[in-house]
Amino acid sequence: MSVAKPLPHDAAKLHVTGAARYVDDVPVPANALSLAFGLSNVARGRITSMDLDAVRAAPGVVAVLTAADLEHDNDVSPSAHDEPLLAEDDVYYTGQPLFLVVATSHLAARKAARLGKVGIEELPAILSIDDAIAADSRFEEGPRVYAKGDAASAIETAPHTVEGSIEIGGQEHFYLEGQAALALPQEGGDMVVHSSSQHPTEIQHKVAEALGIPMHGVRVEVRRMGGGFGGKESQGNALAVACAVAAAKTGRPCKMRYDRDDDFVITGKRHDFRITYRAGYGDDGVLRGVEFVQYCRCGWAQDLSLPVADRAMLHSDNAYNLRDVRIESHRLKTNTQSATAFRGFGGPQGMVGIERVMDHVAHALGRDPLEVRRANYYAECEGGGDAGGASAPRSAPPSPPEDISGTKIEAGTHEDLSSRGAEGASVPQVGAVHGEPEGVQTTPYHMAVEDFILHGMTARLAETAEYERRRAAVAEWNASNEVLKKGLALTPVKFGISFTLTHLNQAGALVHVYQDGSIHMNHGGTEMGQGLFQKVAQVAADRFGVEVDRVKITATDTGKVPNTSATAASSGSDLNGMAVKAACDEIRDRIAQVVAPELQADPTEVVFAGGEVRANGAAMPFDEAVKRTYVARVSLSATGYYKTPKLEWDRIEGRGRPFFYFAHGAAVSEVVVDTLTGEYRILRTDILHDCGASLNPAIDIGQIEGGFVQGAGWLTTEELVWDDEGRLRTHAPSTYKIPACSDRPRTFNVALWDGRNREDTIYRSKAVGEPPFMLGISVLMALSDAVAACGPGYPALDAPATPERVLAAVRRVRAS
Amino acid sequence: MSFTFLLNGETVRIEGEPPTRTLLDWLREARGLTGTKEGCNEGDCGACTVMVTDEDGARALNACILFLPQVAGKAVRTVEGIAGPEGDLHPVQQAMIDHHGSQCGFCTPGFIVSMATAHLNGRTDHDDQLAGNLCRCTGYAPIVRAAEAAAGAPVPKWMRETRPSLRDDISGPEISSGGAAQPRGADSPPASPDYSETAAAWGHRDATAGTGASGRGGPGAGADAFFHPRSADELAAWYEANPDATLVAGATDVGLWVTKGLRDLGEVAFLNQVADLKTLEIGADTIRIGAGVTVTDFGDAVRDLHPDLAELIRRYGSVQVRNAATVGGNIANGSPIGDSPPALIALGATLHLRKGDVRRDLPLEDFFIDYGKQDRQPGEFVEAVSFPRQPDRLRCYKLSKRFDQDISAVCGCFNVTVEDGMVTGARIAFGGMAGIPKRASAVEAAITGKPFTIETAEAALPAFAEDFQPLSDMRASADYRLEAARGMLMRYVREATGARTRVLEVSE
Repeated sequence: MSVAKPLPHDAAKLHVTGAARYVDDVPVPANALSLAFGLSNVARGRITSMDLDAVRAAPGVVAVLTAADLEHDNDVSPSAHDEPLLAEDDVYYTGQPLFLVVATSHLAARKAARLGKVGIEELPAILSIDDAIAADSRFEEGPRVYAKGDAASAIETAPHTVEGSIEIGGQEHFYLEGQAALALPQEGGDMVVHSSSQHPTEIQHKVAEALGIPMHGVRVEVRRMGGGFGGKESQGNALAVACAVAAAKTGRPCKMRYDRDDDFVITGKRHDFRITYRAGYGDDGVLRGVEFVQYCRCGWAQDLSLPVADRAMLHSDNAYNLRDVRIESHRLKTNTQSATAFRGFGGPQGMVGIERVMDHVAHALGRDPLEVRRANYYAECEGGGDAGGASAPRSAPPSPPEDISGTKIEAGTHEDLSSRGAEGASVPQVGAVHGEPEGVQTTPYHMAVEDFILHGMTARLAETAEYERRRAAVAEWNASNEVLKKGLALTPVKFGISFTLTHLNQAGALVHVYQDGSIHMNHGGTEMGQGLFQKVAQVAADRFGVEVDRVKITATDTGKVPNTSATAASSGSDLNGMAVKAACDEIRDRIAQVVAPELQADPTEVVFAGGEVRANGAAMPFDEAVKRTYVARVSLSATGYYKTPKLEWDRIEGRGRPFFYFAHGAAVSEVVVDTLTGEYRILRTDILHDCGASLNPAIDIGQIEGGFVQGAGWLTTEELVWDDEGRLRTHAPSTYKIPACSDRPRTFNVALWDGRNREDTIYRSKAVGEPPFMLGISVLMALSDAVAACGPGYPALDAPATPERVLAAVRRVRAS
Repeated sequence: MSFTFLLNGETVRIEGEPPTRTLLDWLREARGLTGTKEGCNEGDCGACTVMVTDEDGARALNACILFLPQVAGKAVRTVEGIAGPEGDLHPVQQAMIDHHGSQCGFCTPGFIVSMATAHLNGRTDHDDQLAGNLCRCTGYAPIVRAAEAAAGAPVPKWMRETRPSLRDDISGPEISSGGAAQPRGADSPPASPDYSETAAAWGHRDATAGTGASGRGGPGAGADAFFHPRSADELAAWYEANPDATLVAGATDVGLWVTKGLRDLGEVAFLNQVADLKTLEIGADTIRIGAGVTVTDFGDAVRDLHPDLAELIRRYGSVQVRNAATVGGNIANGSPIGDSPPALIALGATLHLRKGDVRRDLPLEDFFIDYGKQDRQPGEFVEAVSFPRQPDRLRCYKLSKRFDQDISAVCGCFNVTVEDGMVTGARIAFGGMAGIPKRASAVEAAITGKPFTIETAEAALPAFAEDFQPLSDMRASADYRLEAARGMLMRYVREATGARTRVLEVSE
């Protein structure tokens, strides 16, 4: 059995020897050209002149393009067609591409790009959340509101109330490989594009639009990315389109990669949020009612902001059963980089909101925040506390109708159907949403919570991490140390798995078995380090009962598997694993049909295991069975397809079942804070995480460790700073600080919860890409706990909790 | 001019390359060795780490800000040369596979080279050895497990290559006169946001201000012209005659003028072969550090004398940066946030300057006149810095968002003499609190002659506002800088009373 084995990443040997190729490493013909953008240095204005003579005259420059030179669509938006590749008349943010330099080398292109003289008449810029609120600058007509019950009355009649506000900063992806693309012109005007992208179909779509050709004229290949984290879901469009346009114009291969500073300045980041809250609660700490207002800074273009903001609303409950709740979400338009997908996709921000409420309520009651959290948990599902339980699939509710109804797609609008940005556009609603689930606990968006297992997980983690003992030890330390204070926090994660744009929950695969018994596997998922390819290869190997080294992992290719969704929303293994399984099973069944008579068995009795095809006590080597299938003139190639069942979602009403299931996790972090300077360290973190029945425990643990550190970085040292003119001042690793080696917790224990997914996922596993990111919230809450030891006030710590913010919080609690 | 070096065991000759071509670009573009990655192009992420061996041993360096002439006569090993000639994996490579140390793999080559270099040098302080390699996927835990697992394995024999002999490898005219000048982006209005503070700069400071660099190619500047002096005398004579030239020591700052500022440096002298600037003398009364001594060697030298200074240096840059950066460069570039000047000022350091045959000394704090302006004549360079031997009372507090490899928001260095419970002398200096590294004279005065107590320190806190009116920038606000600086004085006093004040020394 190949699944569940802790096999290394399939490219590990290529990684460690430097042989793994990324886009910029692909050998190119000698006549290849390099591209760079000339950028706006103002945040908002109108272009009055563009003098590019010096750019054109610079050494090595072959061509300089402006918007006027683009013959077809000048748009790289994944949603609202509001994102020109090159600015036309107006400039909307500092860093916006204005013109494109095509030159003989990367350095020549960069140097020339700085020689442009662009006259821009400056206009007042809307930069901050406050600016946008004041100007009512927003996407969508007004705020979205999701509600259940009557929050206002519940809060009014509650014994106690708290209210407050938290600022939550954005985050730069800092994928180690910056954005990159390479376009190779083909005969007849076709284009082959190598892109560092999580969404090859989107690249194909945008390149086709820009070239004015059908999607069949563009083939996009993605072997691997040097990190993605959501930053390569839509942000690679500009480079790929620029390369394709320049390649079509010059007839030469064109390559583009952003220098790191340009990457920071041009591309979108995690949305920053302000969340205000008001909650009513009882002496038991149980919330009676809660209201959130989420202000989400989206930047200048819509990009994926609507579904991001939706997901922030959808995770305002995290693990807590909020009976009367109202969530209001404002999607604010500002003259800054267009914020985009980032691991968790709004979920982390929403979750920080409710965790702040839990922390605040506990502080007000003078109780351990863990008690308050547990008191508010959803009820455990049947058998949930027992590891290995909770696996029985329930009888499925009726499936939504599968015909397409609702609004029609307007002809000629080039709908980006496979983009998450299509959410909120005129994409037809799939199916109708059924009524309120009855007699069960529901989320604020009226989805039944039937697989909640955090009571059992929390109990186990509290025990293995010695929460009670350490809670006492922390108190003791704080009583006897005046300068250094310690803090401890356990926070849970419940994260919804599925694209909230229901139709994206589909995937395809293409599997060939060659006559020598080797297997060639392709699917629509992309590899960005998360180990997807290896996991799916393990599935394929398991279906055929062979070792995983029989399975050739190949680059993602829009020519092999079409119409793919982005590798995003943690869905890669769930969707593509199932699609590959379907393809393999198809071929397996054909082989069984061929060899069953020879084994004197019924085809249904044929088993693929141990490199053999077995039935009825007889066996033949897999190779032999394959050979016979070929000779029998039976196809050894098949496509596979999968769509996630049970989904129904109305994002306007905020009602339905947007998620197939929930993934869970919990973390305990302990920190120490210096109250003289605000400096701090993470001393220890213990994590227990739910991957269902893991496809590959080593890869899953890697996702959890890495996700936690990235999440902790978001909430601690990773601070984005814009100046008053809208210029990003933290635009390189010298000024923007992701965690370094020694920033991981001093002691770092990660364990997997031994369970199976209740839902019928690939080998009963669960998605793991995003959920562990939010385990980092335990660090923010531990810092709050440490600061709270300094005085009577509530720390109300904003994020990122830089040493500066921590020291300010220390001052606040002391002043109270 | 041409020169040779050893690349993965093979001798290569460089001819006709611009002297400011980086090793990284050359490896990737001219040699097709694409294993070495560009992650940031400014020496912060370590994806481009290579191992460079010379008479001082093997060091990890960032190839993205290493100019080709800096490796003349040395041996360079890239990730492609870490596995054996027969393809045998190095123990760190195998351990990284076994311990799942790579995910996206893009940072991995840099990690492998850092790990292999540390392994060769017998270093097991993994967090420090890897502080200059950023990974965004793994959370580092599996990488450190791999480093620990490989630590006991013997060093493969191919890792112990001998370097070619140094000086015989440079041939040809050192300054050619006919070369075409490079295009000069620096003089043109920028079409993109300025990059001034990517270097160790402050606000909108001109990165070359006060360094002698003119930012434009001089008449002799050619595409492949540079000067590679072998002695301080040679340098002194040449620089006096070419005062507009740029001196390149470790290139950890100047490198960014090229890779980010896209400047043409004009005439360049590389100082890495000036042996007599690299001397480090620990005498009975005085410690004298040549300007060319690397920060790594400086840290090693002061470890026993002033452990807190060594700890400050441990957090200065990263292994790769400390291996390249020099003490003289850190002073001469005049950055208000360089970390060695505050400590050296607190130690009472004297700066030794030289122009031609004329030498002069001045107290280090007097060198920094104003923001971007130093007391240095055209053609004059830093030859050495020295400070008296003294009982160790030095405490250095470096404050930044991240502990390792981050530029200081505030760096406070305290050297207070206490006799019979009374403060009899105080030298306190800060970086990040003004346009220059600066003494806290009013604070010093406020505590001198007073009992060395918490009360005295508290009474002195208002004096900080007399000494400093710091700026707000992306690293810290002005208020926070002042408050943290005051906190540092309190920490110094509390530490003396035995209180626990260091988060780095706390465990669960």
